[in-house]
Amino acid sequence: MRSGTAPPDAPFALIEKQRGAMRIAALSARAAAVGLEAGLPLADARGRLPELLAVPYDPQGDAELLDQLARACLRYTPSVAPDPPQGLMLDITGCAHLHGGEARMQRALIAQMKQQGLTTHAALADTPDAAHALARFGGNDVRTLPVAALETEEEARQALRRAGFRTIGDLADLPRAPLAARFGKALVELLDRLLARQDPHIVPRRRAERIMVERRFAEPIGRTDDVLEVIEALVEDAATKLAERGTGGRAFAVRLHRSDGHIMRLTVETGAPTRDPVLVIRLLRERIDSLADPLDPGFGYDSIDLAVPHAEDMTERQAALEPERETRVDIGPLLDRLAVRYGPEHVLRFRPGDSHIPERAGQLWAMASPVADTAWLHPEPGEPPLRPLTLFDPPQRIEVLAAVPDGPPRRFRWRNKDYLIARQEGPERIAPEWWRRRGGYEDNPGMSRDYYRVEEEGGHRFWLFRHGLYGRECATPDWYIHGIFA
Amino acid sequence: MFHDSPRPPCLPAPASVRAVQDSASTIESVSLGAAADIGLGSALKADGLHELYAAQGEDSASAIGFALLLAQLKCRAQNKPLIWVREERGIGQMGLPYGPGLLDLGLNPDSITLLMLPDAKAVLRAALDSVRAGAAAAVLIELVGRQSLLDLTATRRFVLAAAERGTMMLLARIRADPSPSAAHSRWQVAAAPSQALEVNAPGRPTFDLRLLRHRGGRDGLHLIVEWNRETGSFQQRADIAPLSRASSAVAGGGAGDAQRNRAA
Repeated sequence: MRSGTAPPDAPFALIEKQRGAMRIAALSARAAAVGLEAGLPLADARGRLPELLAVPYDPQGDAELLDQLARACLRYTPSVAPDPPQGLMLDITGCAHLHGGEARMQRALIAQMKQQGLTTHAALADTPDAAHALARFGGNDVRTLPVAALETEEEARQALRRAGFRTIGDLADLPRAPLAARFGKALVELLDRLLARQDPHIVPRRRAERIMVERRFAEPIGRTDDVLEVIEALVEDAATKLAERGTGGRAFAVRLHRSDGHIMRLTVETGAPTRDPVLVIRLLRERIDSLADPLDPGFGYDSIDLAVPHAEDMTERQAALEPERETRVDIGPLLDRLAVRYGPEHVLRFRPGDSHIPERAGQLWAMASPVADTAWLHPEPGEPPLRPLTLFDPPQRIEVLAAVPDGPPRRFRWRNKDYLIARQEGPERIAPEWWRRRGGYEDNPGMSRDYYRVEEEGGHRFWLFRHGLYGRECATPDWYIHGIFA
Repeated sequence: MFHDSPRPPCLPAPASVRAVQDSASTIESVSLGAAADIGLGSALKADGLHELYAAQGEDSASAIGFALLLAQLKCRAQNKPLIWVREERGIGQMGLPYGPGLLDLGLNPDSITLLMLPDAKAVLRAALDSVRAGAAAAVLIELVGRQSLLDLTATRRFVLAAAERGTMMLLARIRADPSPSAAHSRWQVAAAPSQALEVNAPGRPTFDLRLLRHRGGRDGLHLIVEWNRETGSFQQRADIAPLSRASSAVAGGGAGDAQRNRAA
């Protein structure tokens, strides 16, 4: 507790209202020396020590102070945790050497606390529990601590005392199973943690350092061919490092540092992890070719570096001993190259969509986008194609002549050409997805579509639909052409 | 009536692809059905360049569909993917390729990579790179309108690259007149009336094919073929008598066809 405004040697106590009376919550060393103890009513304490200073206990303030101290301790280690009500827990694994060893670090910390007017008990141990116990009970060896150092419930502690156990050392070497049977499993666990038999530390996974290779030049270089040669050497270096780690790069970033301080960045990404220098070089060449402005070396480049910002595990495949008759070429590198040249949004894949609205059921996605978890709906055997080969997005408006407003179409006009329908099948009614629409559940559900597969006299097959149900959803439904069948 | 049997008996290999060598992944030709092959003199060269002209604007889906099906026959046999290169420009005119529609034709949408590129130059360059990489069984180029870049030199380049890597190249042309090229065959593709199903519903995809040019073979062939998804093969429609004589097709085509042949 901070001595604060009180005279340094005056006995004082913090008081708190407990069980209907003001009682002592905590007290100074001098006050304790007189024989006062926590829980004593203030009136009794004043009777024994009239000059006792009484200050209201402020748990909130204590917590704030503790928090502040925890922040101050961040200079010793990045992992500091308040250990309420009065402690701080510092994980100094790997930090002590920065402060001249554990002992010096401990002294420095105590000195720092003293400057703030605080009395500190500090202890070092292998586990947080042991450090906590040593700090509270003093000493250097956990085994010499009283059984009270086990922070169990009062009952268990009493039971231990009755059984004749005085110190942790008494318990340390006993077999675990009978101990657990008699005093509970929690006690054994606490004991193990105290004796550092169980290590509750987290073991962090070291993040692998990013691969970075660099070349500096005595004289700036300017020719693109020279630059590419250097990059090639860098990629080979990076590939060696990647191979050592068993990873392959998914992205390669080259920076060209010009002598006037300008930095040119070239980044390429691959669809699969790779450490093939030839492939990476080819992608980088592609990237340089696709630049709007060609590489401008100015007065030349001072240095070039290459980083692998994104790497993934990659297992080396052993080449077959016997060469295959026909080597299978992977399509991945080609698509990577095209994606670098034209942009990844131009290299597309067909992906199924979980919807019965035609334009949502099959969409085109960039190659790199994540794979959908819906599967394609395979057609029924024997059925003709029910979906067109090409889809108009948005559907195109047509003029249709039908016998009755809600009947099948007879003839239609599209792009200034008349088509007389010879065969047709339908309607296939597709209801709107009202749950996707704003206010769809009350007054704005959208309109149904009645799809017809039609074949005109000349043999062209089209997919037409009427937008809206006649008389129910709208007065005069519009017709659209949505696709062409092969 | 058209063939009801799953496969014409004289067709030797499944998926109507003739495996010529012992290695299953090398195929020499792609079949259009037995009768067509006889008419053609041989089946379609599997590592050649074939041009497919849509007869009219609205035949675009037929031309592309026919090209995709030819490509698929090759892809199936080799178990390799298909690359489809097209211009971004034509989307409004042509619409977008539709995954469920591909599936309904019996194609596997997952094995197709679609490249939508800004202009014809990019399309041709990407297609040539795709062929040279040798990773795909077939490369389909779809171009709308006249293309000045697609001349004899460019097509010759494709032919050489395709032969070297054993890749089939298909060139679907929409709203374009035939121009000189080094292609192995040139077809005019149109939609043909299908064999109606019950209650007069449109049936299986049916193509009206005219062979405008065939290097080292006869031309002027006129076929009406139907695609059977279940057997994965083309079948000639016997109910509509096709003009399978070379002379009659040319005569029937008139001046326009003659001009096209000259242009080739």
